[in-house]
Amino acid sequence: MPSDVPLSPDAPFPPDALLSVRDLRIAFDGVEVVRGLSFDVRPREALAIVGESGAGKSLTARALLGMLPRGATRNGTIEPDLAAHRGRRISLVPQDALSALSPVHPVGDQLAAAVRSVARVSRKEARARAVAALDRVGIPDAARKARAYPHEYSGGMRQRAVIAMATVNEPDIVVADEPTTALDEERRDQVLRVLAEQREAVGAALVLVTHDMDVVRDHADRVLVMYAGRLTELGPAEEVLARPRAPYTAGLLASLPQHAPPGRRLPALRGTPPAPGSLPPGCAFTPRCPLAADACHTVEPEPQEVEKRLVACHRWPELPHPATELFHE
Amino acid sequence: MSDALLDVRDLVVRYGDTTAVDHVSFTLAPGETLALNGPSGCGKSSTAQAVLQLRRPDAGEVVFEGRELTTLTERELRPVRPRMQPVFQDPYGSLSPRHRIGDAVAEPLRIQGRRPTPDQVAELLDRVGLDPSYGDRRPHELSGGQCQRAGIARALASEPRLLVLDEPVSSLDPSVRAGVLNLLADLQDDLGLGYLFICHDRAVVRHFADRVVEMREGRVISG
Ligand code: SF4
Repeated sequence: MPSDVPLSPDAPFPPDALLSVRDLRIAFDGVEVVRGLSFDVRPREALAIVGESGAGKSLTARALLGMLPRGATRNGTIEPDLAAHRGRRISLVPQDALSALSPVHPVGDQLAAAVRSVARVSRKEARARAVAALDRVGIPDAARKARAYPHEYSGGMRQRAVIAMATVNEPDIVVADEPTTALDEERRDQVLRVLAEQREAVGAALVLVTHDMDVVRDHADRVLVMYAGRLTELGPAEEVLARPRAPYTAGLLASLPQHAPPGRRLPALRGTPPAPGSLPPGCAFTPRCPLAADACHTVEPEPQEVEKRLVACHRWPELPHPATELFHE
Repeated sequence: MSDALLDVRDLVVRYGDTTAVDHVSFTLAPGETLALNGPSGCGKSSTAQAVLQLRRPDAGEVVFEGRELTTLTERELRPVRPRMQPVFQDPYGSLSPRHRIGDAVAEPLRIQGRRPTPDQVAELLDRVGLDPSYGDRRPHELSGGQCQRAGIARALASEPRLLVLDEPVSSLDPSVRAGVLNLLADLQDDLGLGYLFICHDRAVVRHFADRVVEMREGRVISG
């Protein structure tokens, strides 16, 4: 567990963390959906959180923002408490650009209001920062566009405006929750490029919730793979995708068409994730895992340090290479 | 091609002043998957709507099983519609939230004036890998992947020859997506269905389709 892990710069828990999450637990009506999750966000890094629907990745992101849904109880620590400064030190790029903007106010006014909500500056100064933020994300004729309403923006411009909104106060962390799920590839890459530029400009880290492995490969430094509310694997994105060390990560990758062997059937992960509250004993992945053995049915594996990663699996040394082969029929 | 299941010639769809589909032509053989690929707004979904005659094209021909559809009246189309069925992106949106899954699956048969038996519904659910007990549930009790399977069962009810699949896996997790794509491949092998497959994900298209038609701004740019 975290306290035993040596604090080398390469370690999964580095000494220079921007934000440390320890033993995070999120429950609804006593049923835990996030079950003891520990990870760090490093300065300026892009950390992707992946997993199937229901794995708890969105909830984890919301916990960082202090925006858990009603009825959720949270345990564990998130330090420092950036959520107390939401909008200034941590901000959100939501999935739906329209929901982030009010339809009844000009975009520039909304940005200026965001500036004034965290900084004591004159209206004029706030206005100037708003226009500059729109200009930075590549909105042409920003001074004029600042006076326009969201519906007068094209879809792509609206996405840019939302990114301007999330970065205008130069936060430490931008959380993006499936920001590109509804977009085609061209628009997706465009949005992520603008987001990367803005992060770079203001020096913010990114926590990116996604189910798109292409996005992870192209836009993340590290990846946290979640299953049934727990960490399955955490490590450098490129290395995890190239050589997964946990069977679940391998299964996720195997089901991608770009990794599929010729022929028409995709190696699918059999079955579905367990419902929270009716988890199997031991490792939650047991019913779907081709590598499951006796120990898996009784003891839930804890994350352990493997090379530069954390892996939660009793049998990781026995994974074949390539591990995706486990899932071929 | 006289043995084509679907032969689309010079299809044009306009919305006011904009031409969404601009002289698009392609053919599709029985048992074949033809993908329409391109960014949003390229006209692929408008093409699908026009093929299904859900939106009547402004010009061009849609020849399905040897019959030209664009000149048929609604009434004349009635016996044709069961043979070409849509499957949409949003699995929840395409099933009425108030109806049980079994009723939704049987609906195309009822529309044809047939009386589906519980056995028929159970068989359809079984075909798509759903336990027949799901027939008594409502859409919100199903996962996204299960809902999409129910949508496919519903499309199969009227024994179609052509499925028009409009982004059928775009809202699904990769692992669930693989299962639905495998199901579609199995159904095609078993039933010899033709698929018009609308999808913006190039990796999925490359894996799944026999041929790809690339569209941009309403036009075919390759394929
Ligand atoms: S602990 Fe066992 S069941 Fe869980 S992923 Fe590892 S091998 Fe599979």
